[in-house]
Amino acid sequence: MALEFRNVSKSFATQGDGELLAVDDVSFRVEEGEFVSVVGPSGCGKSTILSMTAGLYQPTSGEVLVSNVPVTGPNSHVGFMLQKDLLLPWRNIIANIEFGLEARGVPKADRRARAMKELDHCQLSGFENHFPYQLSGGMRQRAALARTLSIDPEIILLDEPFSALDAQTKLLLQNSFAKTIKDAGKTTLLITHDLSEAVLMSDRILVLSERPGQVIAEIKVDLPHRDQPIRRRVLPEVGEYAAQLFKHLKLEEKAA
Amino acid sequence: MIRKHGIKLTSVAILIAVLVAWEVLPTALDVPRFIIPTLSDSLAELQRMWANEGLLGHILSTALYTVLGFLIGSLLGAVMGYLLGMSKFWEKVLSPYILALQIAPKVAFAPLFIMWFGYNSMPKLLVTVLIVFFPVLVNVLQAMRTVDRDLVNLARAYNLTRLGIFWKVEMPSTVPNLMAGLRIASTLAVIGVTVGELVGGNTGLGYLISYGGGQANAAMVFNAIILLTVIGFLLYVVLERIEERVLHYLPKAHQ
Ligand SMILES: Nc1ncnc2c1ncn2[C@@H]1O[C@H](COP(=O)(O)OP(=O)(O)OP(=O)(O)O)[C@@H](O)[C@H]1O
Ligand SMILES: [Mg+2]
Repeated sequence: MALEFRNVSKSFATQGDGELLAVDDVSFRVEEGEFVSVVGPSGCGKSTILSMTAGLYQPTSGEVLVSNVPVTGPNSHVGFMLQKDLLLPWRNIIANIEFGLEARGVPKADRRARAMKELDHCQLSGFENHFPYQLSGGMRQRAALARTLSIDPEIILLDEPFSALDAQTKLLLQNSFAKTIKDAGKTTLLITHDLSEAVLMSDRILVLSERPGQVIAEIKVDLPHRDQPIRRRVLPEVGEYAAQLFKHLKLEEKAA
Repeated sequence: MIRKHGIKLTSVAILIAVLVAWEVLPTALDVPRFIIPTLSDSLAELQRMWANEGLLGHILSTALYTVLGFLIGSLLGAVMGYLLGMSKFWEKVLSPYILALQIAPKVAFAPLFIMWFGYNSMPKLLVTVLIVFFPVLVNVLQAMRTVDRDLVNLARAYNLTRLGIFWKVEMPSTVPNLMAGLRIASTLAVIGVTVGELVGGNTGLGYLISYGGGQANAAMVFNAIILLTVIGFLLYVVLERIEERVLHYLPKAHQ
């Protein structure tokens, strides 16, 4: 399998001598090529899970394994994307896409070739010499995806990559991400606040509790068109799945 | 476009008004010329200074030390800023001293430097370096503290080394602040050189100010001040041009 969390807990030192438990004994597995979403209340440790997968910090206890190897630090198996596109404003788009390849000793000509290929996949041909400020928010996120794909990671981690976009751009971008990721056969972990987004894009959804985050439900999304959220959207079952998530998150009780 | 034109026109109009007032008002108000010389007095004196006082040499000397002091001071300031920015430990240890030195009036060191190094170019160069050093250091350090953490994490995830992160992420992120620091420093450089020349030595526009003052030659003082301003202004404009080129990737606010 591609990714496994084994009884992972993470606490942070707080001001003074306190400790804040962000993630509590979380275990789950993600199979190769699978698209799994993680939903949960704000502050429940979703981004923390992502950072531990990326190797940016270590679990306090438990183990994170990528391709059966424990993650001990930042590594080339994982590519991540945030709500912010994190493009380097002083580099043009093609140089931004090459950024991830530079520390790997890929020769310059190869780098350019791979970057151009991903630029093409992400429908940005013709924009290679533009600077980030000259692109729309949606195009910038596509450039960030191209950069992520160009390092050919085994797993793609997405932390609310669409949440800063307007509704229409979001739909189109979800669609193009879904297709690109499916075509590339990448294992993906998507963190999102948007319940319908989780239903539209995933094979499986993990629901986390309030902090400290624990997996409280796991929902298998048995719907076709994973590579085309726009088509999945019109299926009547989508509403039922969303309602299920709604219930697990106890949103009604909270609103009352 | 029309607006841009309007700005230039108004600006030139103000200049002309000031020059006319300068020429006419002192005579009209009966201010003696050794207190406020008129424009034509000053121009006449300028010609005399050029012919008899070796004005060109003084100008070149002052310009040279301004640029030299600016380059050395900002280089040291930037290097120090980046080093401290990369080490939380040393930043914390040294920050009270930096603050103290920043508050201390740097120009007051001039007499001390003269006692140490004598009446040569060293004191004015040192004052200039010292005065230029801090705004650059402080701006760079501030920028290093506020580099986007997520950007650094991204670079880490891409396996960049510590040095790679510095050159490819931190350093470019700080360039806007560095340029702002350099602009402030350029205006201070002129002050440093002037004070150095005022206090000791026999070359430079600062020297002409103290020399002219001693002879009650107000026109000479006026001219020297204006020439110093021009030197500072030119340095500033050059920096602004460089900044425009270097920071081309920042979106411009359209008016
Ligand atoms: N580096 C850190 N140091 C200290 N506390 C942290 C750190 N990172 C996260 N936390 C804390 O851990 C908890 C979980 O944070 P996390 O960012 O994972 O939440 P999240 O589920 O991603 O929230 P959101 O949905 O709002 O993005 C929060 O209470 C946060 O304050
Ligand atoms: Mg988060």
